[in-house]
Amino acid sequence: MNYHWNWGIFFEPNPMGTGTYLDMLLSGLVLTLKTAVLAWIIALVFGSIVGVMRTLPSKAAGWFGFCWVEFFRNMPLLVQLFLWYFVLPELLPKSTGTWLKQLPNAPFWTAAIGIGFFMSARVAIQLQAGIGSLPRGQKMAATALGLTTFQGYRYILLPMAFRIILPPLTSEFLNTIKNTAVAITIGLLELTGQARSMQEFSFQVFEAFTAATLLYLLVNAVVVTAMRFLERWVAIPGYITGK
Amino acid sequence: MIEISHVNKWYSPTFQVLTDCTTSVTKGEVVVVCGPSGSGKSTLIKCVNALEPFQEGDISVDGTKVNDPKTNLPKLRSRVGMVFQHFELFPHLKIIDNLCLAQQKVLGRSSDKAVAKGMQLLDRVGLNEQAQKFPAQLSGGQQQRVAIARALAMDPIVMLFDEPTSALDPEMVSEVLDVMVDLAREGMTMMVVTHEMGFARKVANRVIFMDRGEIVEDAPKDDFFGKTRSDRAQKFLSKILSH
Repeated sequence: MNYHWNWGIFFEPNPMGTGTYLDMLLSGLVLTLKTAVLAWIIALVFGSIVGVMRTLPSKAAGWFGFCWVEFFRNMPLLVQLFLWYFVLPELLPKSTGTWLKQLPNAPFWTAAIGIGFFMSARVAIQLQAGIGSLPRGQKMAATALGLTTFQGYRYILLPMAFRIILPPLTSEFLNTIKNTAVAITIGLLELTGQARSMQEFSFQVFEAFTAATLLYLLVNAVVVTAMRFLERWVAIPGYITGK
Repeated sequence: MIEISHVNKWYSPTFQVLTDCTTSVTKGEVVVVCGPSGSGKSTLIKCVNALEPFQEGDISVDGTKVNDPKTNLPKLRSRVGMVFQHFELFPHLKIIDNLCLAQQKVLGRSSDKAVAKGMQLLDRVGLNEQAQKFPAQLSGGQQQRVAIARALAMDPIVMLFDEPTSALDPEMVSEVLDVMVDLAREGMTMMVVTHEMGFARKVANRVIFMDRGEIVEDAPKDDFFGKTRSDRAQKFLSKILSH
């Protein structure tokens, strides 16, 4: 292989005049993090609501939850982002569509919301399983004490269910971070996007993607470590996984 | 205090769990419900505070109809204490918080008042030293005593017990029964599903025998043990009293 290695490339100025190539990658990393965090918040909020709905006795709530989950988990993420970004504006009334297309940061918002909804289906399924794994008597005990359904979920069922599903939720958070790379296809200059532009400008493909790889690994290692601490922090003394 | 009249309940069109159950519990009375497993005794007691729905008949508690859609069920349930076979303490809450949660969220008591009440009841069941522990750190007998204290913290007008000692190791049965005997002697209105005939002999006013969803026998204690009328109840008694 006739390749000219140049690890010093990171400290050379980039052609956009926004500093060095390293600055370029770091700005991509920041955008990756912003997108992932917003998407994860959306996934948690909507996933929790939908997950709870799937455990309620109400048929309408169950049906809504079913449709939500099947819609968002049965389509490839890439297709979903294309739908939100390219198709949705065309389906809306013309003025609304144009407004949507001209929004500043449209790729960012589309990616965060699209990935958020996609991941919310997965969070919902896991929360449903977590609630389902609690003894039936827990809900009965809450009800028998006079707690309303809302209070029963808020104070009894959800605190336990979230503790139980914390390890798989860690994986989902990691998936959310990794899935932001798909947003390159709608023009979001996140970490993968910046690594690719760096490669196009400098022809240093290996350096660019080595750096991107290391940054992804670093971010995810931080998340895994933080979640470990969180797991320990909320562990219940004497209870299965507790100390 | 509790009026149960002509209650019929089906799990499916072909599977009837309760057939024309009629009985009542007056203020200060202790009624023991016994019968073979699957006879519907737990289901019946859960109908009293509407934890289980039923299709026909009426149940009222202190004059309030539980099967009336207009009834404020959380409010009614907060006045009916319930103790479950598997304790159903809330594992993520400390013992004292298990006792305080519903006092604060349902009855609106201040934290200070709830804690004072909780500690007083823990003292009564001999567990005030365990207040800061978590349920999983207590033995089964201790957990069930906490569960009784939790129900009492709501100042209930009646207490329902659903096989409170069935899940306990034999050596722990008496510590729970002792608490229940004290409660009965203080004049608490109680409906108790149990196989502990010693308990029935000691404090029950009446004994109800159920089989296949029907109330087969409903007699004052001495009549029940002295001159059991139905064959089925006689057979049941001879089996559980033979050892």
